[in-house]
Amino acid sequence: MLAWTIYLSLIGAVAVTLTPEKSPVVARLTALLTTIAGLGIAIAAVAHEPSGQMTTIVRVPWMPRLGIEYHLAADGISLVLVLLTGIAAVAGVLFSWNVERRVKDFFALYLLLIGAVYGVFLSFDLFLLFVFYELAIIPKYFLIAIWGSTRREYAAMKLVLYSFAGSALVLAGMVAAYVVSGERTLSLETLAHFPFPAHFQMWAFPLVFVGFAVLAGMWPFHTWAPTGHAAAPTAASMLLAGVVMKLGAYGCLRVAMMLFPRGLDPWGFHVLGFGSWQEVFAALAVIGIVYGASIALVQKDLKFVVGYSSVSHMGFVLLGLMTLNQIGLSGAVYQMFSHGIIAGLLFAVVGRMVYDRTHTRDLGELSRIPLGRLIPFAAVTFVLAFMASIGLPGFSGFIAELEVLIGSWRAFPWMAWIAGLGILIGIAFSWRALQATFFGEPTTTPEQVLPPITLPERLGACLLLASTIVLGLYPRVLMNLILPSLNGPLFEQLRRGDWR
Amino acid sequence: MTGSGYFALLRLTEPEIIVALTGLLVLVLDLSFLRRTSLAIRFRGTVVASSIGCAVALGALERLPAQGSWLAGMLVVNPLTQLVQAALLVLAILILLLVDSARFTTHVGEYCALMLFATTAMMLLVSTQNLLVIFITIEFLSLSLYILTAFDKQSRQSAEAGLKYFLFGGMSAGILLFGMSLLYGISGSLSLGEIAVAVNRSPGDPLLTLAVVMVVTGFGFKIAAAPFHMWAPEVYQGAPTWSASLVASSSKVASFFALFVFFYVGLMGAVGSAARGNYSIGWAPLIAIVAVVSMLWGNLAAIAQTSFRRVLAYSAIGHAGYMLIALVAHSRQSFVSLVYYVITYALATVGAFGVLAALEDEKVDSIADFRGLSKRAPDLSFCLLIFLLSLAGIPPLAGFFGKFYVFVSALEVADHSGLLWLVLLALAMSVVSFYYYLKVLKQAYVLEPAAGAAAIHVRATTRIALWVTAALVVLLGCFPDLLLDRIATALH
Repeated sequence: MLAWTIYLSLIGAVAVTLTPEKSPVVARLTALLTTIAGLGIAIAAVAHEPSGQMTTIVRVPWMPRLGIEYHLAADGISLVLVLLTGIAAVAGVLFSWNVERRVKDFFALYLLLIGAVYGVFLSFDLFLLFVFYELAIIPKYFLIAIWGSTRREYAAMKLVLYSFAGSALVLAGMVAAYVVSGERTLSLETLAHFPFPAHFQMWAFPLVFVGFAVLAGMWPFHTWAPTGHAAAPTAASMLLAGVVMKLGAYGCLRVAMMLFPRGLDPWGFHVLGFGSWQEVFAALAVIGIVYGASIALVQKDLKFVVGYSSVSHMGFVLLGLMTLNQIGLSGAVYQMFSHGIIAGLLFAVVGRMVYDRTHTRDLGELSRIPLGRLIPFAAVTFVLAFMASIGLPGFSGFIAELEVLIGSWRAFPWMAWIAGLGILIGIAFSWRALQATFFGEPTTTPEQVLPPITLPERLGACLLLASTIVLGLYPRVLMNLILPSLNGPLFEQLRRGDWR
Repeated sequence: MTGSGYFALLRLTEPEIIVALTGLLVLVLDLSFLRRTSLAIRFRGTVVASSIGCAVALGALERLPAQGSWLAGMLVVNPLTQLVQAALLVLAILILLLVDSARFTTHVGEYCALMLFATTAMMLLVSTQNLLVIFITIEFLSLSLYILTAFDKQSRQSAEAGLKYFLFGGMSAGILLFGMSLLYGISGSLSLGEIAVAVNRSPGDPLLTLAVVMVVTGFGFKIAAAPFHMWAPEVYQGAPTWSASLVASSSKVASFFALFVFFYVGLMGAVGSAARGNYSIGWAPLIAIVAVVSMLWGNLAAIAQTSFRRVLAYSAIGHAGYMLIALVAHSRQSFVSLVYYVITYALATVGAFGVLAALEDEKVDSIADFRGLSKRAPDLSFCLLIFLLSLAGIPPLAGFFGKFYVFVSALEVADHSGLLWLVLLALAMSVVSFYYYLKVLKQAYVLEPAAGAAAIHVRATTRIALWVTAALVVLLGCFPDLLLDRIATALH
């Protein structure tokens, strides 16, 4: 059943292209129904598979000659991310209701991207995963280049080249793993138990990890993210920050860490004070947290503020992954979900509610418009979104960042301090953006009238807000999926002595 | 079936004979019956006749004996050569269908006949293991291609390209012949099998090294590998589109196949090694150098091009580099991967040129001319998308699997990570290649058409040929086993 999330999205993409040119509403509705169906399937799957163990959906030989299989399956971590994709996809359609230019193309590419993302999360054959992973890149290019704003062609090309560079590293690791194992299979299940030689893991791990981490926005490979987010149309930024960056983080966990866990072992010597890839990547993650937040603090463009905040929040995901203990890893997965929702919400407010109405994202100009009074709904949403973003209790971000911090406190205490500093800077930039946008001091006469917030926008915002609040209050819903997966047989090689 | 009599020869070369006779028939047809009809009908008539000839030859291929040899390797027929010949014929049919939209010349019959003669030469080239026949067929092929390149008499560019091609080709043919004569001197035989025996006896012979360098140079010209590629951008840009597409696709298939057979059958004794930490003198490190130069130069120079055909030319040089990796690996599996790669590459290239052919009336040359193509001709630009993404190596298209399999086979030889450096370089360069393919697609899909640009009418035959090619690219990418199984069983 879960496989239909992929098929439905792809069928929907074709169906959208067949809708009549004259009535864009049909295309929109088709896209909306498709994504709602996908979300429904995802919710049903979460409700029916509370165990979090890996369940195979389809497994048939695909290229028998090379032992490659068409293997779709889901464990708890996949389910969490599929659920995220479902929510983000519906919200994205709602927030792109006002797209007027080449509507059919827009939603066709959008659904293609969604289908590919579902595919990545559900693939349990590395080859298949890679196919979906690359398939997700092409629509991103066109979505940004055609419907984007500020320097869109530059941003789109940059994003795509970064993505492809990352996936080239992944491909190298994949080919090497295939050859070195000698098992003539790329099944993640088999390879997760295969004892790759330690020296091989030592170079294959960083290769694949960095390859995926490029898409997760790891410093210093993050520079595609702010420009890409800023240039993309609202729905695409929502998906980029909300889901596509998670593809990278998911790949780091599912492929790099699951297959090559020995690559995280100490090298046996120190370079610049670092003794293992674990420490190196944890340090990069922490730098990303502080750096992203600091840059966000001085941005003038509101979308760049949110873009850099994404880099900062994704730093928590990577830091959580590198703690290598249960609480840190589960926090990382939770943060993937939480940030997906919150970033979607932030971009929705910034891109759709504010920019599409005022046609400016400059904080200085925005502060002269009494937005808080003109579109109060946006102001409320934005306040809530930023509260969630800075990790106030009651929102999903709180649980996630707390767990990551506890985990990193156990693994490397001093990094937890710096990451905590990052949270403080996060509060600062959120405050600054919030004040400038909605509670500035209007100097112009407040005669201006902005179009009111439409129904799709309200629905989308409510969907996202409800998700972050419900999962902030009942984290158990997802934790029951995440923890059994992390403790399952697939991650057996990853669990160490201090696994708690 | 083995033998030395003329009957055996006729029997084994039946498909080639059919194609050659079709060529003559087409000449007669055009000069007699179609003389007084309009240009469009003449093109259609000759194209139909030629395609039927190729199809009949395809049928004849099926009837050939599974194994055959004539005069100790002068002519070799086995399932693998038949497979490659079938691919050549399919490519020829696709190109001929595209020729239907050509209007640039009145010498219709000659043009189609030359295409068929070139195809005959290619078919013979893949089914021989004899130095003399290899050389003669390469010359036969080259002469046909020179004329095809210079066929557009109205165009200075075409003449220039033809002349350049001819001069470079003549020189490299001389070098190739010199290398071959050295091989003959060393071994006293023209047959690759016997040369292999002689080479094994004295692997360190300095004359052998010289011969290898010369042979690599000669073949490097045919496959447009850097630094022997100078002719390629000129020919791709100047030649009539259909000629260029023949040069770029089937001629590559035949040359790569012959090159692999030449080294794999004849010179395994002098292979050397290009594996990291284990270098030794031989042709493998030499080919590795050519591969590196081709990948670097082809992909980097393509970035700077503004003409779409030149982009294709430089990307072809880059692709030659990837394919040479399979030769460096020189295993049975890498042979399979090379054949898969070159066939799917040829399909995508025919497709890309096919799109150009469909745009012939628009005088498309620069990348900017593709502006707004998705609006003006949606199906044409969708096909272009498929072909370029396949060339760029995006899954699930055939180009991706080709690369994947070449890399796998390169890493699987001997000590796994020996050729890793070559694979990593290839991956890095394929990232570069995305840039220039996307530049073209950006024009087609992102930008709106210029004001006043009308919708483009595409002829039915062109459309069929393009869709068939695109379908093949997708199908072979999603189910590579369809082709791989055939290649692998043919090789056993």
